[in-house]
Order: sequence, then structure tokens, then C-alpha cells
Amino acid sequence: MRVSDFAVPVIFVFVLIFGLCKKTDVFSEFTHGVKEGLHTVYDVFPALFALVLSVGMFRASGGLALISALLSPVTDFLGFPGEVTPLVIMRPFSGSGSVAIFESVLGQTGADSFAGRVASVILGSSETTFYVIAVYFAATKVRKTRHALPAALAGDLTLFILSGLLVGLWFY
Amino acid sequence: MMKWVFAGLLFFSLVFGIINGDVAAVSDAALSEAANAVTLCLTLCAVICLWSGIMRVAQTSGLANLLAKAFKPVLVRLFKGINPNGKAIGFIVLNITANLLGLGNASTPFGIAAMRELEKEEGVLNPERATNNMVLFVVINTASLQLIPTTAAAIRLKHGSAAPMEILPVVWICSLAAVTVAVTIAKLLGSRGKRHCQTVKPADGGAK
Repeated sequence: MRVSDFAVPVIFVFVLIFGLCKKTDVFSEFTHGVKEGLHTVYDVFPALFALVLSVGMFRASGGLALISALLSPVTDFLGFPGEVTPLVIMRPFSGSGSVAIFESVLGQTGADSFAGRVASVILGSSETTFYVIAVYFAATKVRKTRHALPAALAGDLTLFILSGLLVGLWFY
Repeated sequence: MMKWVFAGLLFFSLVFGIINGDVAAVSDAALSEAANAVTLCLTLCAVICLWSGIMRVAQTSGLANLLAKAFKPVLVRLFKGINPNGKAIGFIVLNITANLLGLGNASTPFGIAAMRELEKEEGVLNPERATNNMVLFVVINTASLQLIPTTAAAIRLKHGSAAPMEILPVVWICSLAAVTVAVTIAKLLGSRGKRHCQTVKPADGGAK
């Protein structure tokens, strides 16, 4: 029994009991939310389809392995699994692209391998940095984003380096 | 930009396929990966529907608002010089709460509203230049605050993970470290810019 075993059921029960106490119709709200979820999937499906297809073909051609091999001097030095390198490159640019690469990495290494766990941590604790900066500033007249990009990338870099180290410490 | 990623990946898969002498594998992958994309979406569909349902209950029952109230004092301190009763901080709080709960659909509209309000409050004199608070807010959003990494967990389950959520503690530590570094650097670089060209607000000058 670990913290992570409790997280999901505890959240479910807590949210539902809180809702009942506040006299919310938890069933109809839940089903409403499911419908919204369905719309989300409907919206992302075309992009995800295109990227899973192209990343999958690229992997079959040996392209992903080539990228990993080219950057292996750096990743080996950091104790970072080379299979995950393409995910690190795609992550700041595209959400669907990183999901597609993540899928491909797990297919190759398995979910509970070292590389699979590092990839999981990276996907779970990062955002589409360039996309967020573009969308948020586009809502304003700002043209000089100043230190937004360097600070954001420093955060991403911290995460990429830490992910390998911490997965090693936590699981092995 | 995505058109280049898409076309580039397909183009180079043909090139590498020829170089490695295995065009057949690339050809097979076209169909098998198309099928894989459908399976992947069904897996994601299950998890996304499940969490959307739960989080919808959290939103309408007022639980999300309660969380937002708890975060507000912390955020007012983080965003130096922001009007604590203004609209901007209100949207910032809603955006960050939605991010924590993984309400992707809700967090972006709140975030855009927050940027517009920050612009009205702080960007009047020099609208083309991002203010420190705008930068800080965007930087926080480029880090992942989501408490439950649902997409990663769903795909882990699809690939036979014995415990899809076992990554949770490491995800939390990594997210926290990343956002701490990003915010610290944003604060440091922001205060450096201030000495050179800050034009208004003597009230918050100098600090950090």
C-alpha cells in the first residue's frame, strides 16, 4: 500500500461526498462532465491520429533511434535513458506530438521499465511551453515577452534532468 | 508549424527507411499505427471521461471555488504589486486552481482573461512590453501543476503497467522543482530589468 494507491479512490469519494453535502445532483453533473470529456477526445482525435501515425512510421524507419543515438553522449552522461530523448525534444512544442512519442516509447520499452517511468514522469510534469507562451501573449498587445522564455525553459530543463535522477532514486 | 512536423516525420521515415533498407517496416507501420491511434484514443477517452465527470462535480459543488479561496493569499504575495481585489488576481486564482485539478478546458480561457486584465491593470504605459506579473503568470502556466497525470497514467495502463499511478510522488516532486526554478528565475530576471527601465510604481520597486 502506497500513497499513490490511495490518491484516486480518496479523491473520488471526497469529491462525491462534498457534492452530496452541498446538495449537488452528483449523478447528473458527473454524466454532464463525461459528455464534456467526450467532446475533448473528439476535438483532439484528428491531430493525435496524424501524429501517432507519423511518429510511428518515423520510429519504424529507425529515425527515433537515430535521434537518441546522436544525443547519447549528453544523455549517457546525465544517466538519462536515450529512448526518451525524442520526447524531450517534442515536449515543449506539441501536446499531441508528445503523447504520440510517449505512446511509441512505452511500446518499445514497456511502461514499468526505467525509460518508461522516466517518460511517464516527463509527460506528467511538463507543459507545452512554446504553445502556452504563444497563446497567452497573443491575447495581449505584448511583443516583448522579455524573460518569459528563458525562465520557462529553465524550469523544463530542471525537470528533464531531475526526472532520470529521481526515478532512479525512487524505484531502484 | 505542425504541418512541418507532420510532413517532416513522414518524409524522413521514407528516407531512413531507404537508408536502412527496411521500407517494408515503414509501410507496415502506416496501417498498424493508424489502428494504434484509434486504440490510444479509446484508452484516453476512458480516462478523460472519468476525470471530466469527477471534476465537473468538484466545479459545480463549489469545491473548486473553495480551493481557489485557499490559494488566493499565497498568489497575492507571489504577484508583487497586484491589486488584491482586482479582476486579474481573480482570474489568476481560477486558472491555477483549474490547472491543479486538470480542467484543461477551463484553465486556458481563465488564463487568457487573466492576461487581458493584467494588461489593463499594468500594461497601460508600455503595452508592447510584458510586465513582470504577466511573465510570472505565463511561466507558471508553462510548468505543469496538474495533481493527477491522467494522460500518462492511461497510456501506462494500455501498456500493461502493474501500477499506472506509481509515478505520482515523483511527478509531484519534479513538477514542484520545475515550477520553483522557473518562478525563481523569472523573479531574478524581472528585478534585473526593473532597475534599467521600470517607469512606474515606486511602491514595489527594488524588492526581490
